Amino acid sequence: MKLLTFAFIASSVLAVAAQNPPTQQSQQPAEIATRIGVDPGRPPRLAIPEFIPLSKDADLLSAARTIADVLFDDMAFEKEFYMIPKDILRTVPRPNSAEEATLDRWKELGADGVVIGTVQKTTEGIVVEVRLMRVVNGAMSLGKKYTGSPKSIVDGGRTFAHSIADEIHKQQANIRGVARTKLAFSSDRDGIRMKGPVGDRDVSNIYMSDYDGANQTRVTVNRSIDIAPAWSPDGELLAYTSYRTGYPDIILQSIRTMRPPSNPAHGSMDNQNFLPAWSPDGSKLAFMSNRDGNMEIYIINRDGTNLRRVTNHPAADATPTWSPTGQQLAFTSDRGGREQVYIVNIDGTGLDRISTEGKADRATWSSAPLNEIAYAAQSGGGYDIKIFSFSTRESRTVTDGIGTNESPAFAPNGRHIAFWSDRSGRPQIYTIARDGTDLRQITKSGSNRYPNWSQ
Amino acid sequence: MPVVLLTMAFTFGACAKSKPPVARPLPPQPGDPPAAGGSVPRPPEPVAEPISVPPEPRGEDPLKVSDIDKINQNSPFQPVFFAYDSSEIETEGQQVLQANAAILKKYPEWVITIEGHSDERGTAEYNLALGNRRAAAAKAYLISLGIPADRLRTVSYGKEFPFDPTHTESGWSKNRRAHFVLTSK
Repeated sequence: MKLLTFAFIASSVLAVAAQNPPTQQSQQPAEIATRIGVDPGRPPRLAIPEFIPLSKDADLLSAARTIADVLFDDMAFEKEFYMIPKDILRTVPRPNSAEEATLDRWKELGADGVVIGTVQKTTEGIVVEVRLMRVVNGAMSLGKKYTGSPKSIVDGGRTFAHSIADEIHKQQANIRGVARTKLAFSSDRDGIRMKGPVGDRDVSNIYMSDYDGANQTRVTVNRSIDIAPAWSPDGELLAYTSYRTGYPDIILQSIRTMRPPSNPAHGSMDNQNFLPAWSPDGSKLAFMSNRDGNMEIYIINRDGTNLRRVTNHPAADATPTWSPTGQQLAFTSDRGGREQVYIVNIDGTGLDRISTEGKADRATWSSAPLNEIAYAAQSGGGYDIKIFSFSTRESRTVTDGIGTNESPAFAPNGRHIAFWSDRSGRPQIYTIARDGTDLRQITKSGSNRYPNWSQ
Repeated sequence: MPVVLLTMAFTFGACAKSKPPVARPLPPQPGDPPAAGGSVPRPPEPVAEPISVPPEPRGEDPLKVSDIDKINQNSPFQPVFFAYDSSEIETEGQQVLQANAAILKKYPEWVITIEGHSDERGTAEYNLALGNRRAAAAKAYLISLGIPADRLRTVSYGKEFPFDPTHTESGWSKNRRAHFVLTSK
C-alpha cells in the first residue's frame, strides 16, 4: 500500500462568505503542471468521491457530500473529462483522512485522476484541502487549500466546489471554467402587479443566480418592468432597461454595495434608451435609443460622457452586442425588410449582414478562440438559437425546434449559451452546450427571460 | 378694424367657456390611396367652414370632473390596431385617430401617453423597436391633425404587456396596438 504524501504548493487561496465569490490571490504555482491523462487520444478519466469531513458536525458532513456533487457537475459541464459515474464512486469506501486514502482501487476502476478532498473547521474558519492525484504514478498534480468564513458552507459549500473546478480546468485543460460565473435575468416570479391603464400588469424585476441555477436572488425591487440585464466585465454592476421613471432608460446598479444607481444615457420622455451592452473593457456601453427619432445604436462612456452614434438609418437598428475585441458591434436591423443580424465597426463603417433567416435578433459574440455569433432565428412558429461561424460564413442550429428559444447569451468561454424557452410552459432560462447537447433548465418559478452570463 | 377683431375674439372666448368648439376633420375620402409603407398617412383636408357642433348635454361634463384613473378605466380614447409586423396606420386606424384628436381638441389641457405594443411573435428585443415605431406613427398622425407634440408622449412596451394573453390570432390582433392613456389633465 502506497501512502500519499502531501506537499502543498499553493495554500493561500481564499474562499470568502458564500455571497461573495472567492477572491483568488494571483500566484504562479511553483511546479510544472502535471496532467492526469495518460492517453492523449481520449479524455482523462476523473474520479470525484465524497470529500472527507474531519469532524462529525452535521454541516461539515453535508458540505463534504455537496462539494463533491457540485464539483462533479462543474467538471462534467465542460466535457473535458470522462467522469467516473457516481454509482461507481460510491463503491469505494471513504477513508477517514486524506492520509489513509489509497489509489489502488481507483487504478482498478480505470481512473486517471482522483480528487481527494477534506473539509474541517479550524480557528481560521472552514478549511477545504484538495489534491488531484495522478493514479498512474501517485504524484500530486494539484494541491490547494481554501479557507472561508464559518458562514461559507451555509449553502453546502458550493463556492468551494466552483473555485476548485475552475482551478482544475485551468491547470488540466488550459480553459477558463465558468463555475464561478453568474446568470442575470428578468422574472415576474414574485407575482407582484402594478396598476395599468386597463388592468393590473405584471411587474418584472432583475434576478441573479449561479451559472448552474443555484442561489437565485432578487436584485431589483421596483413596481415597474426591469428587463435585459447585462453584467459589467468586473461583475460589480448590472446594466439593464427600466421603466421605473415612466419611460425606458438604462440603469447601472451595483450588486454588492448600496451605491445609488446611475443612468448614464440620461433618458427622458423624448430620449428613451434600451438594451445596454458592456464593451469588453467595461469602459463603454452600446445601446439602442429613439433620441434622434427612430431606433439607432449609440455608444456612451459608462460615466455618461462621449456619446457617439453608430448607425444612421430610417429603419430600426436594435439589440447591440460587442465583438470580443471591442472594435465592432453586432446588432439587429430591419433595413433589408425583415430584421437580420449585422456587424459594423464602432465608427459606423464596414457594415456586413451575417444572418439570412426569416428573421433574426439578439446577437451574442463569443471570445477567441471560438469567435462565433449566436442569435435567435425564426423557425416554424417560434425561434431557434443558431450559431454563425466566420470561417464558413454559415449558421448551424443549436436548439431543437421545441417551443420558442430566444435571447441567447454566450458563457464567457463561448462553450455554452444561456437562453429562454417556453418548451415546458412559461418562459424559463436554460443553458445548452454550443454543440446542442447538455440542455439544463435553470429557472422553474414564474416567467423568466433575457438571460445574461457574467464574465 | 382692430376693434372688431378684438370683439370677435372676446365673443369666441366667452362662448368657448360653456361650449367648446370641436374640430371635426372630414372622414377620409373613399378611394384615398393607402399610405406608403412606414410614412405618415396624409391628414384629411382642412375644414373650410366650421361644422356646427351639436349642443352639449346639460350638466357637468363627466370627463372634466373625473379623475385620471377613472377616465382611463373607461377611456374615451380608442386604440389603434396594426397588421402583423407593421406600423402602418390603415384607414380604420386613421378614423380612430381622428376621433381621438377630436377629444384632445375638446380638452386642450390633456396630455396623453401613446403606448406601443406588439404581439408575442417576434423577439422581445425587436418588439421594443416595433412598439416604438407604432407609437411614433400614431403620434405623427395626431400631430398632423393639429395636436401639439408636447401633449403626446410615447412609450414602447414591446410584448411585455399583452392585453390578451392567449396564443391565438384573435389575441395577437388585440395586442398589436397603440394604446392611449391619459397622463395629466
